[in-house]
Amino acid sequence: MEDGRWQHACAISVLYPPSSIRAVENMNVGLEQYLVVSFLLFALGLLGVVMRRNLLVIYMSLELMLNAANLALVSFSRFNNKLDGQVLVFFIITVAAAEVAVGLALIVALYRKRQSAHVEDLTTMKL
Amino acid sequence: MGLPDILFYVFAALTLLCGVLVVANPFSRSPVTSAMFLVLTIISLAGLFVLLHAFFLAAVQIIVYAGAVIVLFLFVIMLLDLKEEQRRKIKMFGFVGGLVSVGAIVAISLKALKAAHPGTDLPAPQLEGGTAALGKLLFTQYVLPFEIVSVLLLVAMVGVILLSKKDLK
Repeated sequence: MEDGRWQHACAISVLYPPSSIRAVENMNVGLEQYLVVSFLLFALGLLGVVMRRNLLVIYMSLELMLNAANLALVSFSRFNNKLDGQVLVFFIITVAAAEVAVGLALIVALYRKRQSAHVEDLTTMKL
Repeated sequence: MGLPDILFYVFAALTLLCGVLVVANPFSRSPVTSAMFLVLTIISLAGLFVLLHAFFLAAVQIIVYAGAVIVLFLFVIMLLDLKEEQRRKIKMFGFVGGLVSVGAIVAISLKALKAAHPGTDLPAPQLEGGTAALGKLLFTQYVLPFEIVSVLLLVAMVGVILLSKKDLK
């Protein structure tokens, strides 16, 4: 897939921008770097949700987006010296586990009815 | 640049690379491959959590995600007996639209980050996200959400049992 390589090239160029390689004293990893990783992971998840057509892969991309939010919360918690962000991440992980269980049960129920896990075959609500 | 910084770049690159391979694998379009790369993404994210001194969350991340969620995914893939996703014609409009919208979101958030300039005047972090500290907070200040989450898990369990019954009435 071309877009994957493109995205990866973007990730590399954002992670290692030429200006930051020149400014060596600014290479200390701080909140900013963690947030950039989190944004890019979120964008990857969103890209998967928008582009892929398989329900299961779309669900995995949703997990990717949740994990990106978790990373942002943990880094905020670390750099603000407060543990509350980590407690929130704990709850997010719990809710995500429940969500995955229910969502996968829905997908299985749908598959039993339609024999397909492909979003283009699910057009009941199309006008 | 100390060892933690180098480890940060290693884990960040690994996370993003495996994330790309979850979403758009050039070699295989099977959901099993995506699930496997999702495991790798989650493990490298747990590495980032360790670098952020969130040790308990790193352990929970590996146990819950890599242990439970991915196994559930693989179980469902096995149950559905999916064939390799056949290459359908990619709609140009959806492709370009998705790329443009995601690119716009990334650009906006990076721009906002640049404008906010965090991390320059923050005090040196000395937080330790160990089990004891997190547990104390969880069972004092956040005890009500904790109980509500347990009810949520019960509801999810009942819902799943109901959904997977053979004949839904």
